[in-house]
Amino acid sequence: MKTITHYLLLCAIAVVCVFPFWWTLVTALSTEGNIFAYPPTFWPQKPSLDNFIEVFNAIPIWRFFRNSVFIAACTVFWKLVLCSAAAYPLARMQFKGRKLVFGLILATLVLPSEVNFLVNFITVTKLSLVDTYTGVILPNVVNAVAILLLKQAFEEVPQDLIDAARVDGASEWIIFSKIMLPLIAPWLATVGILTAVEAWNEYIWPSIVMSKPDEFPLSVGVLYLRGTFGSSTRVIAAGTVLTILPTLAAFLFTQRFFMRGMDGAVK
Amino acid sequence: MREDDGARRRLDFAAWLFLAPALILLAVFSFWPVAFGSLLAFTDYSLIRETHWVGLDNFRYIFDNEMFVTGLKNSLLFLLMVPFVQIGALSLAVLVNNKLPGIRYFRAAFYVPVVTTVSVVGIMWGFMFHEQGTLNYVLQTLQLVNAPVGWLSNDTIALFAIMFVTLWRGLGWYMVMYLAALQAVPADMQEAAILDGANRWQRFWKITVPMLRPTIMICSVLSVLAALKAYQEVDVLTQGGPMNSTFTGLYYAYDQGLKHLKLPRALAASFVVSIFCVGIALLCLRYIRPKHR
Repeated sequence: MKTITHYLLLCAIAVVCVFPFWWTLVTALSTEGNIFAYPPTFWPQKPSLDNFIEVFNAIPIWRFFRNSVFIAACTVFWKLVLCSAAAYPLARMQFKGRKLVFGLILATLVLPSEVNFLVNFITVTKLSLVDTYTGVILPNVVNAVAILLLKQAFEEVPQDLIDAARVDGASEWIIFSKIMLPLIAPWLATVGILTAVEAWNEYIWPSIVMSKPDEFPLSVGVLYLRGTFGSSTRVIAAGTVLTILPTLAAFLFTQRFFMRGMDGAVK
Repeated sequence: MREDDGARRRLDFAAWLFLAPALILLAVFSFWPVAFGSLLAFTDYSLIRETHWVGLDNFRYIFDNEMFVTGLKNSLLFLLMVPFVQIGALSLAVLVNNKLPGIRYFRAAFYVPVVTTVSVVGIMWGFMFHEQGTLNYVLQTLQLVNAPVGWLSNDTIALFAIMFVTLWRGLGWYMVMYLAALQAVPADMQEAAILDGANRWQRFWKITVPMLRPTIMICSVLSVLAALKAYQEVDVLTQGGPMNSTFTGLYYAYDQGLKHLKLPRALAASFVVSIFCVGIALLCLRYIRPKHR
């Protein structure tokens, strides 16, 4: 009896969480009937993929898709390289100024980064990076959360391994790249996945930096449908579905990483 | 001794070499904006003219401007959401912290809104909130309202509709944080309490909540900051309307700065919001720092 109420509660909340997605999917698949019909239909009417084809004809969605993949891949790559490099000395080396550097990095967590957009826009303009992917990617590749997570990962590696390598005359670079990085691979994967989803979903900053529609990522490009298809809700819904699918797929396949990664973040 | 010094210095040098790229980027895109932005808020900066120091002019302007004042009030109203998000997320975490068959799928379902682009969220909830949309239908069928509600077109309701969407998006994120913390609560403590005859409710209040205290504090602070900084949902759902009723402090900054290119005003507005954020963060740190035993 207790289990049944438990499940009922879970289902009710799940419906609230997932319903907007379901309704969008139903709308995208329907070709008939009034979208805002009373009573609304929760099942596609005359289902077909016509609306999706319409999306492909209306906006360069493949281009948007490619742009998003490119942005996400570059962001993930550079974030893993730069943040793991920064995390390593913070975790495993004693040097002057370590505490100060660490404090500065922590401080970026409290300062509202949303506010940085305005001056970063000036900076990116001055560096002539407007309308370039470098301009979209660069401000996002270093972040405190990633450095903190990776620092924690490095701290778990046994000191003996490092000492042995140092005695053998290995340079810090060799120790870092050949010994440490492979050992923290699961953590790199976690940070990578989180970053990929974040970069894929990033909306405001790319819409500030990019002005040529051809170069928009999917998250920005999908809003274009609202402009060109102001009235055709079904096409907009189809575009929306196409935008979510990759994130949903990525999320479902890597769910275990996600949850475990979060596990580490709190401990 | 000498050799040791050399090795020491080499290690120091290596450490800074490793840190340099990340620090340079942080300096350019995190520290510089804060410092430079705070300065520019007191000038008439524009990309095309010479810049002059104007003192508090920008601040006077924005505080005389109804949009910003409404925005600031709305940002504070957003704080109302914090207890709902936190209690909701914690309850959700307790609910899914069970070894029931299929529980993984429920966790996933609750997390899906978190991994969705804000633009897509805007489109979907635009459908939901439409006057003839699903939400009104459901409410009318259940006879909770007798005429369609203008969720996004009524200037007293729109802000709350947006707040609900941020709640919908935020729950899953905090749920995962709480879930992780719950799973770190040692099982033997619970078992010992069961042996001592404590019921579910007592175990929750006497064992779980105290163990979760640090997580609750961190999540609450994060959620207060997030509430003060809300603006993306405004952009994709109402763009500040109807009748400027859904402006938030930061949305005003975004609107002025990046849509109308009035950067100094925008920076003054974000300066004010930042002061709120830093002030609240400091207050929290002061009061929630773990007590020394």
